[in-house]
Amino acid sequence: MKTENQKAWFFVLPVLVLVAFNALIPMMTVVNYSVQETFGDNVFFWQGLDWFEQILRSERFHAALGRQFLFTFLILIIEVPLGIIIALSMPRKGFWVPVCLVTMALPMLIPWNVVGAMWNIFTLPDIGLLGYFLNHVLGISYDMTQNPLAAWVTIVTMDVWHWTSLVVLLSYAGLVSIPDAYYQAAKIDGASNWAVFRFIQLPKMKTVLTIAILLRFMDSFNIYTEPFVLTGGGPGNSTTLLSIDLVKIALGQFDLGPAAAMSLIYFAITLLVSWLFYTLMTKDDLN
Amino acid sequence: MAKITLSKLRHSYMPAPKSPSDYALKEIDLDWSDGGAYALLGPSGCGKSTLLNIISGLLVPSEGQILFDGQDVTALPPDQRNIAQVFQFPVIYDTMTVYDNLAFPLRNRGRDETTVRARVMAIAEMLEVTEMLDQKAAGLSPDNKQKISMGRGLVREDVNVVMFDEPLTVIDPHLKWKLRSKLKELHQRVKATMIYVTHDQTEALTFADQVVVMQDGEVVQIGTPVELFERPAHTFVGHFIGSPGMNILPCDLQAGVARFGAHAIALEGPIRGEAVGRTEVGIRPEFVALADKGLPATVTKISDVGRHTVVECNTDGCKINAVIDGSAPEKGASVHLDFRRDQTRLYVDGWLATDPSTPAEAAS
Repeated sequence: MKTENQKAWFFVLPVLVLVAFNALIPMMTVVNYSVQETFGDNVFFWQGLDWFEQILRSERFHAALGRQFLFTFLILIIEVPLGIIIALSMPRKGFWVPVCLVTMALPMLIPWNVVGAMWNIFTLPDIGLLGYFLNHVLGISYDMTQNPLAAWVTIVTMDVWHWTSLVVLLSYAGLVSIPDAYYQAAKIDGASNWAVFRFIQLPKMKTVLTIAILLRFMDSFNIYTEPFVLTGGGPGNSTTLLSIDLVKIALGQFDLGPAAAMSLIYFAITLLVSWLFYTLMTKDDLN
Repeated sequence: MAKITLSKLRHSYMPAPKSPSDYALKEIDLDWSDGGAYALLGPSGCGKSTLLNIISGLLVPSEGQILFDGQDVTALPPDQRNIAQVFQFPVIYDTMTVYDNLAFPLRNRGRDETTVRARVMAIAEMLEVTEMLDQKAAGLSPDNKQKISMGRGLVREDVNVVMFDEPLTVIDPHLKWKLRSKLKELHQRVKATMIYVTHDQTEALTFADQVVVMQDGEVVQIGTPVELFERPAHTFVGHFIGSPGMNILPCDLQAGVARFGAHAIALEGPIRGEAVGRTEVGIRPEFVALADKGLPATVTKISDVGRHTVVECNTDGCKINAVIDGSAPEKGASVHLDFRRDQTRLYVDGWLATDPSTPAEAAS
């Protein structure tokens, strides 16, 4: 006989309170705003799904969403293979292991706005080390404050610099967990380096890679601070990603209703894509 | 298939070894004849895995040569030696099916699919895994995984030697016996040279025709299971093989007679050369009997191990085991121990120093 003890709920209570205050209640206020219009003074008018319709039909939202997907796509397509390659070329044992690990971890320890500021100064055409070098030594016209392409190259490079380490460290953790016998057996079986990667290393890294890709997707899809500090969304609107646009609507224009509707749509997209990623990457494990 | 010769082989994991203790393997000269079933037996850390990795080519020895049929392969990488190795933990390619796992070594060597199919089917049948061929290898039980990794070695028709590095470690006890007899059966069918590394004497003695016993990087004795049991060449072998191991009693030699305290012990035969050094008498518990006269001792422990009883006795601070059938004495009882003469051997500095007596001598 199992004894049922309802007092156990008591232990869950602190978590419920915490989650309620940091997630549920703020979320519900957003829902509240998204279906009403307000002119301040706590006066609200029912608006139904108008804001949602407005956002979904707005070209500005489509453009920002497009830029957001492009950004996330670019950094994933660069960071994941690059991270795997770096992890594969790192030593597995000996003196250089801690050196490599610490060097790899350094970029991730720098606060996001500092990263933005660093890259801003680094790439300014007349005073930045990189900007000056490209413009005045190599003679390549490069100005991320004027040229949209240069701005894109800069934010993508910055993100690669900042976050490839995450993929490296997670892949490395997967790699070092492979027993030597696997490599020895592969040698005896006459497997090529590619076959070793394809049939031993990649399968063993799969779980951690799934986590790495999910984290990188969510982080890059919600990215705000770094591009905001670096380009402020410019030149023009060329690097205005979803979150930057959202802040412009909410705090710049004080359109709380549309901003709330956009937040919810934004959240739904992030959730949906994460779910898709996860389901696709783990579907083999189920059968 | 090939005869394997190890010639003046030495290996050290240190860059500049000086004293003999720096070597994980001390000078080894060995011949493994074609088609034999060998076991490498020894405690953990005795160098048996090192030796195995040298034969397979995963490790290059510091000194010496390895010859396959007289051809020097010391510098060849593993895939060019045509060897197969089965590891302690089953190595399988998780994402592949059982069929693809077995086909992998052949495909890597560029065989056409018809040959691959024929070989895989033959091996699968031999290992009794035919009905699993379409399954993902990741979902198999440990014993089946180990069978598949064995199969990947056997699938190549040109394999010189199949090596097993403690292959039954992760197998459930009730399946160990099954897999072991499967191995024995495979050896008789494929007739490849097989080397089986283990620290388990039962595994070694049941699998092998010839057992190589190692200790501290040295080969102590090579022999059939019966030889190892009956005439251990070293007290280590006597102690390591058998359950309980051989009784070893310190003794003095006076005018060719071994004496334990005041008691003279009759040896199996003449002593070889001049016995200078630490002298000991060795006798297996199976050949110690409780009698009316003989070495006086006190019973300190009785263990009933089923078919027979192990009686542990103490005589002058020295422990002697006797394996007896029938009724055992009480604990604390005073008994006399009788050693069967033709099984009583002398060891000098650990090494066997008596020869069996000729029939004429035995009669006298």
